[in-house]
Amino acid sequence: MNNMNILLFFVDCVICNNFIFSRFLGCCPFLGVSSKVETAVSMGIAVTFVMTIASLFTWMVNTWVLVPLNLRFMETVSFILVIAALVQFIEMFLKKSSPSLYRALGIYLPLITTNCAVLGVATLNVKNAYNLLYSVLNGCFGGIGFLLAIALMAGVRERLESSKIPESMKGFPITLVTAGLMALAFMGFKGLV
Amino acid sequence: MTVFYACAVLGALGLIFGLALNYAGKKFAVETDERVSRVRECLGGANCGACGYAGCDAFAEAVVKGEAKVNGCAPAGEKGAKAIAEIMGVETAASERLVARVLCQGANGVAKERYVYDGYKSCAVAAGIAGGPKECRFACIGLGDCMAHCSFGAIKMQDGLCVIDEDVCRGCGTCVANCPRGVIKLLPASQKVMVKCRNSDVAREARRVCMHACIGCGLCRKNCPSDAITVENGFARIDPEKCINCGKCASVCPCQAIENLSASDADR
Repeated sequence: MNNMNILLFFVDCVICNNFIFSRFLGCCPFLGVSSKVETAVSMGIAVTFVMTIASLFTWMVNTWVLVPLNLRFMETVSFILVIAALVQFIEMFLKKSSPSLYRALGIYLPLITTNCAVLGVATLNVKNAYNLLYSVLNGCFGGIGFLLAIALMAGVRERLESSKIPESMKGFPITLVTAGLMALAFMGFKGLV
Repeated sequence: MTVFYACAVLGALGLIFGLALNYAGKKFAVETDERVSRVRECLGGANCGACGYAGCDAFAEAVVKGEAKVNGCAPAGEKGAKAIAEIMGVETAASERLVARVLCQGANGVAKERYVYDGYKSCAVAAGIAGGPKECRFACIGLGDCMAHCSFGAIKMQDGLCVIDEDVCRGCGTCVANCPRGVIKLLPASQKVMVKCRNSDVAREARRVCMHACIGCGLCRKNCPSDAITVENGFARIDPEKCINCGKCASVCPCQAIENLSASDADR
């Protein structure tokens, strides 16, 4: 039964409550680095990685420090601190232990510090009162949702490159319209779980 | 009391993370060769990829490792190669400066048009449609694939031909690789005379499609004092090793297919 719940949770996080298309978190990298499928996928993987680990650490800080001391109002500021330090640490660790992965993630890793999807997942974990397992799963699945969204978007944008677009719609206008239509499509999954 | 706790908790968290990062910074420090960044500064910096590496950073690393030659970066030129050689402490052989040259004079009005092309602005696309918009199948298509790929802004389009500014050109060869017609070649900058046609059709056909086509008559070869010219596949070509830049061939060519840059310099 438990496995079934996790599967449903996966569908819920990735499709029904996609971070970008229905929660509108992390839109900056979604629009910024989605011009090529390759870089978009790298970014998606990096975000998934950081969101998973950030969920773990913010859950620990929240449950063991903030709640016992009755400091729930400090959530945002302490989560930002945790995420920033964590990303920095991961960057150092990767640089030493896996230079190839470090190069593949490149500039995207430090960019994630300011990705609101990461802070969003931490706050959502607290709001929904998830336990440790579900917090980490929420981070991981949410990241996979982000990966799916950004990869789809990059695929669409690559095709937009060579299509005839009216002058006034070129560049960001058409991208935003595309993102809006994709969000509409994802709205159709609401209520699936 | 809560304010005190809040400050203390945030301060403590910050302190712990700070110390942890400090420790991690020392533990995971990666030794980087400072020569890499110094070599990197000497390069062209366009990430053109002409050296065969993924970019300027990758090339700089390869140089320091000894895998790449110090003069492997064409855009950096001789000056850059010397600077890199100095950093690496090796000698560099002086290499002749190469520039890209368009071996075609088939501008609009000179070369016959096959059809009016109004599609996607790309030579590669146009070349695939009924043999290209110009009758000559060797001609510059003039839609600017080379211009789009030039990292240094050395190429502009004029009358349906690409024109390369030799002072700006760094000889990286990106345009050569991206020309679907292969009409751009890297030649030594000191070479002033060249046959600006690569049409290998028979004389009549070549003459029909372009006013300035080389018809392979061999008049230039007969008049060359240094035996630098050969006629092969229906068009003449000049060996830069033997050529003395006298410009005699250019003056005898009946089709004005040979250009003498030093003569046009004097005209200016």
